[in-house]
Amino acid sequence: MEWTPVVRARGITKSFGNVVALSGVDLDIDGGQVVGIVGPNGAGKTTLLGLLLGLASADAGTIEILGTRIGRSLVVPVGVAGFVDGPGLYPALTARQNLAALAALRGQLSSREVEEVLAEVGLTDVADDRVRGFSLGMRQRLGLAAALLTRPRLLILDEPANGLDPAGKRHVHRVIRGLADDGVAVVLSSHRLDDLAELCSEVTLLAAGRVVFTGPLAKLAAESGELDYRVGTSDPSRAAGLAARIPGLRVIDAGEPVVVRGPVSSLDDLVVRLVGAGIAVRELSPVISPLEAAYLALTGVDASTGETA
Amino acid sequence: MTATLAPAAPLVRPAPFLPGYRFEFVKLLAQWRIRVVLAACLAVPGCFVALISGQSALPTDTVFGRWMHTTGWAGSLVVLAFACSWGLPLLTSLIAGDVFAVEDRLGTWRHLLVAVRSPRRIFLTKASVSLTVVVLMLGCLCTSSVVGGLAGAGGGPLVGLDGHLLSGGDAARTVLLAWLCVLAPTLAFAGVGLLGSVVLGRSPMGLLVPALLALAMNLVLLLPVPLAVRLALPSSAFVAWRGLFTQPVQTGPLLIGIAVSLLWAVLTTGLAYLLFLHRDFTDLAYDGAGRRALAIAAGGLTALTALTVLVVAVATPASGSGIDKHKLETSLATSFAHLYRMQTQQLHRPAVTEGELHTSAACDRGGPQVPDSGPGNDWRCVVSWRLPGSTAVGSAIYQLDVAAEGRYVADGDGPREVNGNFVVRTPSGDAPNPLWQFDGYLDLLHTI
Ligand SMILES: Nc1ncnc2c1ncn2[C@@H]1O[C@H](COP(=O)(O)OP(=O)(O)OP(=O)(O)O)[C@@H](O)[C@H]1O
Ligand SMILES: [Mg+2]
Repeated sequence: MEWTPVVRARGITKSFGNVVALSGVDLDIDGGQVVGIVGPNGAGKTTLLGLLLGLASADAGTIEILGTRIGRSLVVPVGVAGFVDGPGLYPALTARQNLAALAALRGQLSSREVEEVLAEVGLTDVADDRVRGFSLGMRQRLGLAAALLTRPRLLILDEPANGLDPAGKRHVHRVIRGLADDGVAVVLSSHRLDDLAELCSEVTLLAAGRVVFTGPLAKLAAESGELDYRVGTSDPSRAAGLAARIPGLRVIDAGEPVVVRGPVSSLDDLVVRLVGAGIAVRELSPVISPLEAAYLALTGVDASTGETA
Repeated sequence: MTATLAPAAPLVRPAPFLPGYRFEFVKLLAQWRIRVVLAACLAVPGCFVALISGQSALPTDTVFGRWMHTTGWAGSLVVLAFACSWGLPLLTSLIAGDVFAVEDRLGTWRHLLVAVRSPRRIFLTKASVSLTVVVLMLGCLCTSSVVGGLAGAGGGPLVGLDGHLLSGGDAARTVLLAWLCVLAPTLAFAGVGLLGSVVLGRSPMGLLVPALLALAMNLVLLLPVPLAVRLALPSSAFVAWRGLFTQPVQTGPLLIGIAVSLLWAVLTTGLAYLLFLHRDFTDLAYDGAGRRALAIAAGGLTALTALTVLVVAVATPASGSGIDKHKLETSLATSFAHLYRMQTQQLHRPAVTEGELHTSAACDRGGPQVPDSGPGNDWRCVVSWRLPGSTAVGSAIYQLDVAAEGRYVADGDGPREVNGNFVVRTPSGDAPNPLWQFDGYLDLLHTI
């Protein structure tokens, strides 16, 4: 049988009035892949995932899911599940009632399936509690359970890590990794790269509706370019003076510790000279991680201020 | 076809109706507010009727209130009259007005769409559920009031609004029919509730507007507006069921009221459907369908009202207030004859029939300066009758308070032994005097 990607989107454009939410976006996802959609608030992540769920139709471009071209809104192939903008639960109903109702809507699902997904996300103990009393993390997990009910081949999760504590996050990550191992294609979004770093094989970086990067995370780190480094020494003022004289290196902060900006080669130079001048190097570390730097650079946010350039 | 493509996955089908309906039902009943309303509908009327039936002070301002001691059917009708004046429109819009708004409040539209995959289906299930709950609510009110009434005062015969006596069985049938007739205007307001819920979204106005509209219409009905306008409002059926309790039954206003109500129900639900399908579900900031939808909804209902006023004015003999001297005289004479016969029986006097009495009435409103028509509390009538085998003509005076809706209260003003005393001395003790004060109901559409 010919190999078919789970999602194959080309040139998707979507506008709301004169706000362009997505512009010429391409996306490919294979079975067993966990793909992250990253971008700052308003980048278009939810809009993109909503299109995959069939909540709206694109203005231009094509989307194929599981080999079927989708166009009209609300029409998607069997095997797509997930949520955008929160898990969408009814607080007056219990966890089990919420799932049972969804199972009934999709038909041919028994209460055994409900128990299974409850166990899968670790909510069996609170299955008969009203969702009203659930923490944000529990709701996220219940939303995930709801999406798992239909045993999807494409799972779409909008900000699934939102509100999860480290333990909850680990739990969700474990579930998602298990699904991917079973061949499910998972696409999830976050406005934070570190949420996705340990989970995603590939990321697509969105900024103002455009794809600014797509590929494996390692490649993203390599695109980080010049970074800011903190240099802790035994003599900060002399160290700052030395750094200023090295080509390619700029002193951002001459205080204690000194902060410099430049390529790794210039930094090597600096360390050699510091040691040569009898100054002890006590700390040398990037101010922010290379991944984050790349993210900030690509999405047009200035690393030093955190504001949009 | 070439073999380059793997077989495409089948498309997701919209969720079937029944699970969707059940889901909506569970969601609605899971709200404590709705449960409280339904529980109250089941408990309050029964307790109220049972309690009042055993007390000396009766709600005589309300039609049938003065008969609550005598028969349980009167208790149910008092509840019906109360419910019609404000309860039903309010409760209905509270329930129907919430089925759509609740998803806005919870932000669950997208999830519901992903689960159901068809806005049409969603509308259908939600509208059906709100219809079910409204019918359930009306059923609760009816059952509770009947049970409370029968427990408190038994199922004896009921005195109609023209003084004629309905046997227990007839009363039961007519009371149930009256509750059934009220279903029509209730559905009209349920439709208004749906429309408000779709148009105004989660804003509290969505709940308020239909209730306010209902109250405004009830106020209009209290005013001396032209008859054509009165009949063209869906609220008129909230009043017109009283015509079932006269002989002959006043079918004209009742049928018009039911027809208008059903028109309203269809138009409001249809508008809600169209506006709902055109809604943008991807917009989280959505807060009601906006000004255009509001204009469409208000325009549609205004146009419907104007049209029905026109049709009623042209196609029926409705003119003026529908209240005139002649109608009042006929109605009063009939009521008096029925009730006189009843008094005769109470006093164990020789039996008479209404026909033998040859009752007539002469009414005047506010002296010679005031034209003798329209509602007011300044009507004064003299009823005359003749006892069989006697040449003497008896006469009694009544002060009438005639309301714009056609209901009047006749208050006896002498002579003392006929209608001046609120009790009559019977061989078995004092009993309420039926001629002292009684209710009547005019057929506003009737022409002679
Ligand atoms: N239904 C809509 N109507 C109008 N504008 C919309 C609508 N949906 C999204 N937008 C706009 O499209 C842009 C992208 O929105 P989107 O919700 O996809 O961003 P996002 O990346 O998910 O942001 P966040 O991290 O805040 O969730 C934003 O400017 C938003 O205001
Ligand atoms: Mg979003």
